[in-house]
Order: sequence, then structure tokens, then C-alpha cells
Amino acid sequence: MKISEQDIKTVATLSRLRIRAEEEADVLFQLNKILTYVENLQTLDTSNVEPTTYALPMQNVFRADKVKPSLDRDLALSNAPLKEDGYFKVPRVLEV
Amino acid sequence: MALYEKTAHELHELLTAKKISAAELTANIFSRVDEVENKIGAYLTLTRDAAEAQAKIVDEKISRGEKISALEGIPCAVKDNICTKGIRTTCASKILENFVPPYDATAYQKLLAQNCVIVGKANLDEFAMGSSTENSGFHTTHNPRDLERVPGGSSGGSTAAVAGGEAIFALGSDTGGSIRQPASFCGVVGFKPTYGRVSRYGLVAFASSLDQIGPITRDVTDCALVLNAICGLDEMDSTSTAATVPDFTKSLVADVKGLKIGLPKEYFVKGIDPEIESAVKNVAKKFESLGAEIFEISLPHTEYAIATYYLIAPAEAATNLERYDGVSYGARVDGADVVEMMTNTRTEKFGEEVKRRIMIGNYALSAGYYDAYYLKALKVRTLIQKDFTDAFEKLDLILTPTTPNVAFKIGEMVSDPLKMYLQDICTVPVNLAGLPGISVPCGVNKNNLPMGFQLIGKALDEETILRAAFAYETAL
Repeated sequence: MKISEQDIKTVATLSRLRIRAEEEADVLFQLNKILTYVENLQTLDTSNVEPTTYALPMQNVFRADKVKPSLDRDLALSNAPLKEDGYFKVPRVLEV
Repeated sequence: MALYEKTAHELHELLTAKKISAAELTANIFSRVDEVENKIGAYLTLTRDAAEAQAKIVDEKISRGEKISALEGIPCAVKDNICTKGIRTTCASKILENFVPPYDATAYQKLLAQNCVIVGKANLDEFAMGSSTENSGFHTTHNPRDLERVPGGSSGGSTAAVAGGEAIFALGSDTGGSIRQPASFCGVVGFKPTYGRVSRYGLVAFASSLDQIGPITRDVTDCALVLNAICGLDEMDSTSTAATVPDFTKSLVADVKGLKIGLPKEYFVKGIDPEIESAVKNVAKKFESLGAEIFEISLPHTEYAIATYYLIAPAEAATNLERYDGVSYGARVDGADVVEMMTNTRTEKFGEEVKRRIMIGNYALSAGYYDAYYLKALKVRTLIQKDFTDAFEKLDLILTPTTPNVAFKIGEMVSDPLKMYLQDICTVPVNLAGLPGISVPCGVNKNNLPMGFQLIGKALDEETILRAAFAYETAL
């Protein structure tokens, strides 16, 4: 077993996901199967290998520092699930 | 031959000769959609009114005697993870069911600038995560060549639209094979350009270091025409390349004399359908008879590609999908506090495969596992890329099957995610290395199902791929 029930609960919390009780066994089974499969990477010696994050060589990319029109506020808010007075509205974050 | 079966370049001839009008062509496509869409299910949204209006603009231009560009008036489908201003863009996810982008993706804008006629937004596996389009949050797309089978994925809707006569060409996106694999399953041409060739601005991010937009077409000539339209540097995507964009139609030369083509032995192993293996070997013979040189080569780290990909792509996805938190756009499911609201939203609105990949990704990135999983995968990515760099010192192209098998039956693999992941064995190494790759049809198997071969080129050398693919197509 690569991943325990407790690990799954921790990862779910980190992911802001809830695993329903009836799904737990299947999630555990599938994730273990996948994580066992990816173990084959451990057989490779990579001690002198640099990681690749982007396939093509990429350096800092700059553009002219000029002000340009940006997205209109109403348009930016147009897909908001809840808004008020030009702001996104969310449930209470802090206890008062 | 009906209009909806023709290629873009044939239709362009008919339009410029005034033998047909753009309105007529658009009407023909929509009548085909009316006829087959309930069986194929290629689309999530149809944009008939906008398409008719666009066709009218093109007809007015033609009637004024103005010259029209190669794709002007040509009906196309756009994968529904490519943002289209004012047109719902769902990524086939319930979490974006009602999302209407306030801006256009650059690749789509470039098609609009050409006056292409947009038929609609095509189905996909949710957030492009899948190889069959069965992971769509809305419906499964059926393969027009055999309705009981999957069209492949994740660009299954785009590909089925082209194969089923519901669009002349389509835009797809390819993170691990999502253009090439469905193209192979449906018997059409699919091209994943070099990473950075096409701007990713407005392409909803899945795995940012692997994602690339590309064309799905009926032939290689159309493929070159669409590449001409969509490639190029974009200041809105800092990873788009400043390399000069050639006129890709100049590569449509049926001449492969002296080209050095490698057949990597790791792609012809147990697990590959023997019919596909022999079809691809026949393609090699065809190239040889046309004057190319064929070499047996080795890409020794191929067997590690799936594991590498299924750590890197989920890790990037877990990060990219953090933005679906029910705050600024997308669905929201209420909760007592903000964390509960986010958890409820994501739990209810993401599908199973998306949740699975988020979990794998966050596990691979979490403290204590980062070095063993994510960092290890990045290092193996270097080795996989080096396999290609070494091989291309002596070669112009690499020839492989596109897929290990032909289109499978709907429902056949849904219960086994790992088996589904192994579908991508021939295509993911290309994304990990950032290289261009095409899938071209090479006949059908004994059950009349399409097979495809893949040509992989050097970074930014789409031209040699097009040249060889065109030579093959011409020699048929």
C-alpha cells in the first residue's frame, strides 16, 4: 500500500475535496494502483540528472511596461456566483 | 460528394469560383448536424446564428469581388476548453456549466480574423483529462466510424465533428495525445505543434508545460492551412515562441528522398495491436520506396513515459484547478463558511477523473513526497527528452504507431483508469519533450476501424513532418 486511508483524507483536505464514505474503498484502490505503477521511476538512477520543467529553453520574457486597457469591471464580475457593489461576495472568512 | 465531406482547400476553390456560397456551405453543415448530431454528440454548444452571420459577411466580400483567405467561410468546430467571448465555454465540466468567457483565446481569435465560420463548441473529457470523451460532464461522444465505440479523447468532440461531417476542420488541444489519439481513432489528421508554436492564451489550463492547441483536419493540406492561421508569438502567452512562422503550405511537397526516418523499437512491443504494427511497418516501407532511409533506433526511456506523465500532468493540474473555488467564476455550492463552500463546490461539481488527478497531483507535490514523485518525474523527463535529442542528431523524423489499439467500445475501460492511461503510451513522450507530432490515417483493420501512424519531428520543425505526411498521402 503506497497510500493509506489517513493519507487520502489529508490529500482530500489539501485539495478541498470530500471523499464520500461509500467512495473511500474505490479511491484508495485506484490511487494505490496508479502510485504503484509510477514506482517504476524509482529504478532509474537520476542522481546526476537536472529536472526539466519546460521542454524548450525559456528565459525571462519581457514586454514594454505600458498601460493598456484592461478588462472592464462589470465584465470581470459577469461570471461571479455572487457579487455586491462591484465586489465578489463570499461567506464569512473570519470569526467576529 | 456532399459539401460537408470536402476539405477546406476544395471548398475554398468552390467559394472563389462562386460555385457555392458560404451561406450554402454553412446550411449544408447544419443540415448534416441536424441529421447526425443526436447519434454522434460531438458538440456541447451550437452557434448557428453566429455562423450564419459570419457566412453572410464572407458572401458579401466575395460578391464585392474581394479576395478571400484560405479558411474564410469554412465551417469549423472549437474544443470547449478554448475561450470564446460571449459563447459558453464549459471544459465539459459542471463547474463551468454556465461560464461565458469575457475574452477570446488567441488561437480562436486568429480563426475569427480569417472569417472562419464557427459551428459550435466541441465535447471533450472534463478539463481534457481522458482518452475517450467518456469523462465529459455532459455526454459521451460516439465515434462516427462505429457508433458503439469511443472517438478517443480528450478532443473527441472536435475529432468526431470532422470525421462525421459536422465541421470541415477543428481546433483541439493536446497535453498527452489528445489531438493525435482521437485523430487516429476516427481516421483523420491531427497535429500537435511544438510547445510554444500556438499561444495558450485562453486555453483553459490543464498541464501548462504540456498543453498545446492544434488542428484536426481531413488531410495534410488543410492541416498546413490551419497551422498558418493559428501559429505565432503572442505577448499574452510568455511561453509562446518568437521563432519565425514559415508558410506551412510550402512544405506540401511530395518528396522524401534522402529523409532519415527512425523506427524506435520500444514502440513495437507486446501490447501493440499486431494489425497496427504491420500497418505502420508498411508505412515505413512506403517511405522507403519513395526514397527515404529507414533506421531502427532505440528511445530507451520510453517505458518510463507514462509514469512520468501521470505525475507531472496531475501535479500541474492540481495547481491549475485550484482556481475553481466558487468565488470569482464558475459554479458555487453554498456552505457554512468559506472552506466548506469551496469543498462543497469542488466535491459536487468536479467529475471523478478530475478529482482523482487533483488528488494524485497534490499527493505528489506534498511535503515528504515531492522529491520521490514530482522531482523524480521532472528528472526522468530530462532523460526522455535526451532520448529524442540524441536520436535526432542522425534523423529527420521518427515514425511510430499513434495508438496501441484501435477505438475501443464505449464503457470498456471506464472502470480501470490505469488501463486508460496506458492508451497514451505512444503520444505522451512527445509532449514531455515538447516536440511536434502528427497522426495520419493508414488504413483500416479487419473490422473496418481506422488506424493511424505518428510522425515526430525536431522542435520547431513542423515542416519536415508536413512534407513527409503529404508525400505519404499523395502516394496513396
